[in-house]
Amino acid sequence: MSSPNGSLAPTEQLKIVIVGHVDHGKSTFVGRLFHDTGSLPEGKLEQLQGIAERRGVPFEWANLMDALQSERDQNITIDTAQIWFQTKKRQYVIIDAPGHKEFLKNMITGAANAEAALLLIDAHEGVQENSRRHGYLLNLLGIRQIAVLVNKMDLENYSQAKFDQIEAEYRTWLRTIGVEPTVFVPIAAKQGDNIASQSPNMAWWQGPTVLQTLDNFKMSELPKNQPLRFPIQDIYRFDERRILAGRVESGSIKVGDRIVFSPSNKTSTVKTIERWNAPASDSAAAGESIGITLTEQIFVTRGAIAAREFAPPFELSSFKARLFWLGKQPFAKGKLYKLKLASQEVECQIEAIERVIDASTLETVSRKQNELFVGRYEVAELTLHTKAPIAFDVHTDIVPTGRFVIVDGFDVAGGGIVAADNYPRRTHDSHTKSNNIYWSHGKVTLQQRELRNGHCGYVLWMTGLSSAGKSTIATELERELFNLGRQAYVLDGDNIRHGLGADLGFSPKDRAENIRRVGQVAKLFADAGIICITAFISPYRADRDLARQVMPEGRFIEVFVNAPLEVCEKRDPKGLYAKARAKQIKDFTGISAPYEAPSNPDVELRTDQLTPAECVAQLLEYLHIHASDTAISI
Amino acid sequence: MSAAPPATGNPTVAPEPGQCPEQHPMDCLSKLENQSIYILREAFNKFENLAMLWSIGKDSTVLLWLARKAFFGHVPFPLVHVDTTYKIPSMIEYRDQLVKDWKLQLVVGKNEPVLKSGVTFPNGKATRVECCGTLKKDGLKQVLDKHHFTGVIVGVRRDEEPTRAKERYFSPRDKNMEWNVEDQPPELWDQFKTDFAKGTHIRIHPLLHWTELNVWEYIERENIPVIPLYFANENGQRYRSLGCAPCTMPIKSNAKNVRQIIEELRQTRTPERAGRAQDKESEDAFEKLRRDGYM
Repeated sequence: MSSPNGSLAPTEQLKIVIVGHVDHGKSTFVGRLFHDTGSLPEGKLEQLQGIAERRGVPFEWANLMDALQSERDQNITIDTAQIWFQTKKRQYVIIDAPGHKEFLKNMITGAANAEAALLLIDAHEGVQENSRRHGYLLNLLGIRQIAVLVNKMDLENYSQAKFDQIEAEYRTWLRTIGVEPTVFVPIAAKQGDNIASQSPNMAWWQGPTVLQTLDNFKMSELPKNQPLRFPIQDIYRFDERRILAGRVESGSIKVGDRIVFSPSNKTSTVKTIERWNAPASDSAAAGESIGITLTEQIFVTRGAIAAREFAPPFELSSFKARLFWLGKQPFAKGKLYKLKLASQEVECQIEAIERVIDASTLETVSRKQNELFVGRYEVAELTLHTKAPIAFDVHTDIVPTGRFVIVDGFDVAGGGIVAADNYPRRTHDSHTKSNNIYWSHGKVTLQQRELRNGHCGYVLWMTGLSSAGKSTIATELERELFNLGRQAYVLDGDNIRHGLGADLGFSPKDRAENIRRVGQVAKLFADAGIICITAFISPYRADRDLARQVMPEGRFIEVFVNAPLEVCEKRDPKGLYAKARAKQIKDFTGISAPYEAPSNPDVELRTDQLTPAECVAQLLEYLHIHASDTAISI
Repeated sequence: MSAAPPATGNPTVAPEPGQCPEQHPMDCLSKLENQSIYILREAFNKFENLAMLWSIGKDSTVLLWLARKAFFGHVPFPLVHVDTTYKIPSMIEYRDQLVKDWKLQLVVGKNEPVLKSGVTFPNGKATRVECCGTLKKDGLKQVLDKHHFTGVIVGVRRDEEPTRAKERYFSPRDKNMEWNVEDQPPELWDQFKTDFAKGTHIRIHPLLHWTELNVWEYIERENIPVIPLYFANENGQRYRSLGCAPCTMPIKSNAKNVRQIIEELRQTRTPERAGRAQDKESEDAFEKLRRDGYM
């Protein structure tokens, strides 16, 4: 459908959802609104009238929105749809939502995207189950501007008394859930009464038309004046830079800001704000999808939320919530689900259900003690427990980090908002990473291990192109150390990918994760007093730097196993270069993926000029020098 | 907790000092752009084998531009062009030029068996809808199967056509590429469907919330190169929507540049796909095509 665009450039756009009980005239209303504002595309009305004639059924305004054949066949709206129209004031996106209870997930999909709502009530039928349920859910979804349209006034002889009665009844109900609607308007959608112009049939009505009601809605503002929340969506390595990408959800961020990442609790400083083909600016505010680089390279992954040190989010593994459930299977205690909040994903389960509510009556659903679950279309107040601590805010404080969805199997099955409670807040100088994860120290000290072994633990990190000679040197060195009575062990690239990294591929992201795991394992080996030799291409400088960072100063030795690409390609014992050239392997380092050589390695071995034995000798010599300050040297 | 949904929160979060005082409301195009970038980045993070469909038209070219925005000048996934071989010839020239200029990875998919058999609309051996079904829909399926793509970015918009108005940003397709439109996943608060069964795939629609006019306004703002077929020729004709030559008709227009197209669109009430003949073969022709996996 084409957008009838008027002559103004759209400077502002407001999204409106149309909700209400089934058959209270939502789709009809939208059709009529479009017709009366001259917004229908050319030929559309004639086309729909033609279809109705051919099928021998009366023409329905609703067919404008009910585009699916099954919707037209049954005269119902199944799924939510969106269309555009423009008034003199601004552009509107109209979101039509279905009124049947069984299509509630589609209603929620529509409503969750809106900034204001029009709720229709049939004057003849009065307030119904879904009139109440939708009102409740709109509020839960965070929609604060609600206008109520009392429709089909023609069926009640345009009676003011009837309108007043419905307004009184529904207003009372909305008050019990804490909602104050902006206005009630009497309309007859089919006839166009009070849609675009004042109805001659309701002279008693002095209030606004629907069109005026729309223009009276206020634009929702992005939360720029709230504390910074910048959830990390992804980490990219482009053009030698490590960019943390994400959208500023609230507040603002600028170059030089000291920021803390939750829940890992690491801090760094914003070095640059990154954008492409956009005016350069040293700051970004809520709503902007940007990237940042940091002055200190710390290990951050997707899910971390950046905040200013003095106003971080909560970091806990349990919180109170108000939740609606849409899943075919109930939300049950004792079962594990996935919780998604901003870009965080974590396993969760129900800790306690306070109460289950029927959103159309506000009555507590009575359920036996041993049947603890939230059923489909029910709403609940409960406490959730997450497997790992997550960062969050109370919904009434900061909206984007105060709401979440629950995934059951493959499907989003429910959503909710974080309720207020007395959550303990971490102070910015506290160093515990979370409320229940500590590094546990055993009863054997590092010094005791070193005395027993006669040497301390190291990580010898070999990096270089495929076929540069990393594994050859690593295994030779391991045998040599073993023969000298030292504790040594090789972590080999191929071996690790058989097990520890079996779930990973070769994208930059997966390579980073693979190297992160190896770095952590190597650290544990070194902690156990072993000389751990790693043989991985490890092409990215930032990944290697992270492996260095987890080690004590001086215990990480970066060894650049260096041979020119041509030499490596000629060696090619596994035939990998040939395959990469033939494009049978993608993302192959040196051919179709980059290799970032160490800028300042501890040791460099030119394997095109040295024999493996010479390389091993050079390393032993380096270790000897390097280890001279420890108890016993090699 | 009371029965009222918004629990009155204790205002534990203090307002933040040091914020820029001057705050302009974000303009409409920037809002659309930021949302699309967010979606593209979600897709790139969540899908191991991701590709973007590029029809050479204005929408998917804007999408390509947005990808470069999202990934700081890079396009970190291959582009798929389903070539029916009936495309307007200058579209292929334009495609190959951009691939070169922007250093893109291009995968071209053709339904070779059907093309060989000649059972196509232009040969008179198939209806328009059947032809779309084999050359575009099946052609796409063959590419997806061959490359094991599990996420496919497509530049459809809600305002194009009423069944597209019902789409999700992340829209699942089953093993046979079919779209179960009656049972679509809920989509709220930018939490998308990123978990899916093996053998199924997800269509990702980062332009869903844009209108035709928005697309042209953005082309103007960003100075994005579009194929000249969109501009009026000396006979007073231009294409408003691009497809295969036999099924796509130009419209009467004097709009010779982007600005004039914007002015024209602000006045028109003719639907965008009015020049696309396959939509009109039956009342629900387009819905049927889409249910079966068409773009």
